[in-house]
Amino acid sequence: MCLAVPAKLIQHDGQQGIVDLHGNRLPVNTMMTPDAQSGDWILIHAGFAIERLNPEEARETWALIEEVERATCNSADQNDTQQHNTTAQPARGGIS
Amino acid sequence: MSLTRACTDSLLQCLRVAAKAIAHDVAFMEVCGTHTTSAFRCGLPSVMPPNVRLISGPGCPVCVTSQGDIDRLIDLGSRRDVILCTYGDMLRVPGRQGNLENARVHGSRIEVVYSSMDAVKLARTQPDREVVFAAVGFETTAPATAAAICEAQRLNVKNFSVLASHKRIIPAMRALLTDGEIPRIKGFLCPGHVSVIIGSEVYQSIVDEFGVSCVVGGFEPPQLISALVCLTELVVNNKTALVNQYPEAVHAKGNRWALALLEQIFEPGDARWRGMGNIPDSGLVLRREYQRFDAALRFNLPEPQEREPAGCICGKVISGAALPVQCKLFARACTPISPIGPCMVSSEGTCSAWFKYGPSKQLKNPRSHSDELLEVQS
Amino acid sequence: MNKQSINDVAMQPHAMPARFTHVALAHGGGGQLTDALLSQIVMPRLANPALSQLLDSGIIPGGKLALTIDSYVVQPLFFPGGDIGRLAVCGTVNDLAVCGAHPRALALSMILAEGLDRKILERVLDSVAATASEAGVRIITGDTKVVGHGQADGIYLTTAGIGELMGHALPHPDHIKPGDVLIINGPIGEHGLTVMLAREMPEVESVLRSDVAPLNGLIEQLRSAIPEVVFMRDPTRGGLAGLTADLAARTGWRINLEETHIPIRPEAKHAADMLGLDPLDIANEGKVVVVVRPEQAPAALHAMRQHPLGRQAQIIGYVTSEKDGVCTLHTSIGGWRVLQKSYGEQLPRIC
Repeated sequence: MCLAVPAKLIQHDGQQGIVDLHGNRLPVNTMMTPDAQSGDWILIHAGFAIERLNPEEARETWALIEEVERATCNSADQNDTQQHNTTAQPARGGIS
Repeated sequence: MSLTRACTDSLLQCLRVAAKAIAHDVAFMEVCGTHTTSAFRCGLPSVMPPNVRLISGPGCPVCVTSQGDIDRLIDLGSRRDVILCTYGDMLRVPGRQGNLENARVHGSRIEVVYSSMDAVKLARTQPDREVVFAAVGFETTAPATAAAICEAQRLNVKNFSVLASHKRIIPAMRALLTDGEIPRIKGFLCPGHVSVIIGSEVYQSIVDEFGVSCVVGGFEPPQLISALVCLTELVVNNKTALVNQYPEAVHAKGNRWALALLEQIFEPGDARWRGMGNIPDSGLVLRREYQRFDAALRFNLPEPQEREPAGCICGKVISGAALPVQCKLFARACTPISPIGPCMVSSEGTCSAWFKYGPSKQLKNPRSHSDELLEVQS
Repeated sequence: MNKQSINDVAMQPHAMPARFTHVALAHGGGGQLTDALLSQIVMPRLANPALSQLLDSGIIPGGKLALTIDSYVVQPLFFPGGDIGRLAVCGTVNDLAVCGAHPRALALSMILAEGLDRKILERVLDSVAATASEAGVRIITGDTKVVGHGQADGIYLTTAGIGELMGHALPHPDHIKPGDVLIINGPIGEHGLTVMLAREMPEVESVLRSDVAPLNGLIEQLRSAIPEVVFMRDPTRGGLAGLTADLAARTGWRINLEETHIPIRPEAKHAADMLGLDPLDIANEGKVVVVVRPEQAPAALHAMRQHPLGRQAQIIGYVTSEKDGVCTLHTSIGGWRVLQKSYGEQLPRIC
């Protein structure tokens, strides 16, 4: 329940923003991080940005995390024509 | 070998060296459900030095919600004129008569929300129903409730209220340190995300008054191990200290906007913790000027009745006084599908973690062929 | 004061689920409760040599044909990368293919809810037709029923499939031996996560797509190169953890997976983090786990990587010589944990 994940703020308008979590985009409320700017990494929890992450401090940790991801995610995307149809729009779910 | 593995290997080596320098057993406690699951998921118990224990404390806010509070939520949810909004974690926590999910199956209007603001939005679109938000969580989550109340006030939403059950972690940490039944701990791995809100400075009083170290740690395996190294080395050097090992997210004074929200809407009050009883000042109650958003007052709810199910020792497990495997009900009558206590139902509960991940059995001859597999792949 | 270190406490085996009085949603999860339903109610009444094998398809006595059946109750009906129609064809085709059968024909049963929009039905059946063509199978018979408004959540599909067993030694878990290697054809978790997001968090726009795909072409290519594939199964409900834990329990050998070798895309990993889920437990509908003899692993990998659905094939684990029937995960920090089949439903209605 205290799960908070780092995400990149890609749009920001007043107290509403959109973050990107490695290809997953979702809305967040930024009232607790009024100094966050587009391009910042923020910590999101229950629909709110709860802190702006300090990239200098995080660099080392993230380098390790990204390195693991590079090793396990196996640079698949360019070879994989079946899985990623880039023209498809994300579905909204439900009966359309 | 990957960079991460090289890093965690060398951190583990530091941990082993430090542990060897301690002649006796030493115990630390984490008080964050996300730390519990992160530690189990990366197999940390299997690589810990035998004399260093990391006890799981009351870090799961769902688990520490008292049965009486759960019953009040179920009661509210079953009222025809009420829509109860809740985070998903709460759906299957057992009350005395079933849980919110059963109630939903039987027709109660119970909505799972991702954000507290969704509950306010729902109230605006359903003016003929009362919308109640189940406000559960530690200080990480409480500001979201405060924000929702501010929003409801700003928009003059009359049919929105919260059943407030937020908890504050520091009074609980103090209570644990004064409880004779809890194993004597030499330090806390402090919750990373609670600390984002409340800051790291606030733990200094625990260091000073109780002589235990407090290390604020992150959740990735290298961060977990690094925090344990720090705690252990402090013991080796006979020191106690407050150390912030999650500085990218945690500042000394916390998040001032989140704290301002909390200050505006809530004040400390007594709260009942499952299995630990009443802990003074450990809850967040609505300030007088916001009491019209208090669902307990609005619906005139009776005082909650507390009665633990027979045989359930969640309270002892939550406080670190017992291991899940010491509970007679664990993995027999009490399972993730038919949980008796909250520690089993919450995905961050200690019993749930033990059930799913298992403590590392002493596996006979574990041997990795990882390097050989890598050769074949290339 | 509890003197035991958690490292000393042997894991207690979980008790078998107790006798249940009512069916719960969790009984459909593909986890231990599903097993309980089978063992308490189905097998005592229906057991016979073919059924008792509990493989993905049943071998019809005579050894030439395999038969399988599956129902599809996914919500929502349409999701990024697929829909209920595509699932219904692929799921059944794959259950035949992993047993060593060439899928030849399907039967399709539809249960439609009164009030279902015609356009939805057309869209679903267009997808069934397109996927059947892709897989090289035909729908040769079917049935349609209509139930009242609000029942069947729009549409339920059931497909039965028949396939020809062709000559090679059939894959079977009894053939698994210590030293055998496990290979998966690509990254995990995508189907279940995509459906979960579409259903529970529609506000999230994700690049995640269901991996639902017919695997018979990939498997034929593999078996052309390696006729003696030891065993195959697709990690659907219960995910990779469920499949491997099952296999370990069934064979009695300890099977180890290497966490750092299990492929997963960043968007899947982070979506799982966000939802608080473990990717190892999440359903896949376009993945197959293949068990081969170690000396055949390089050739198997090579054969699989020539196919579009196998470009990211990876060796992910191996069968050990420890006889404890446990599935272990060697973690990224060099630790160990036991992987279990999930107990009930983690993700309801995902296939």
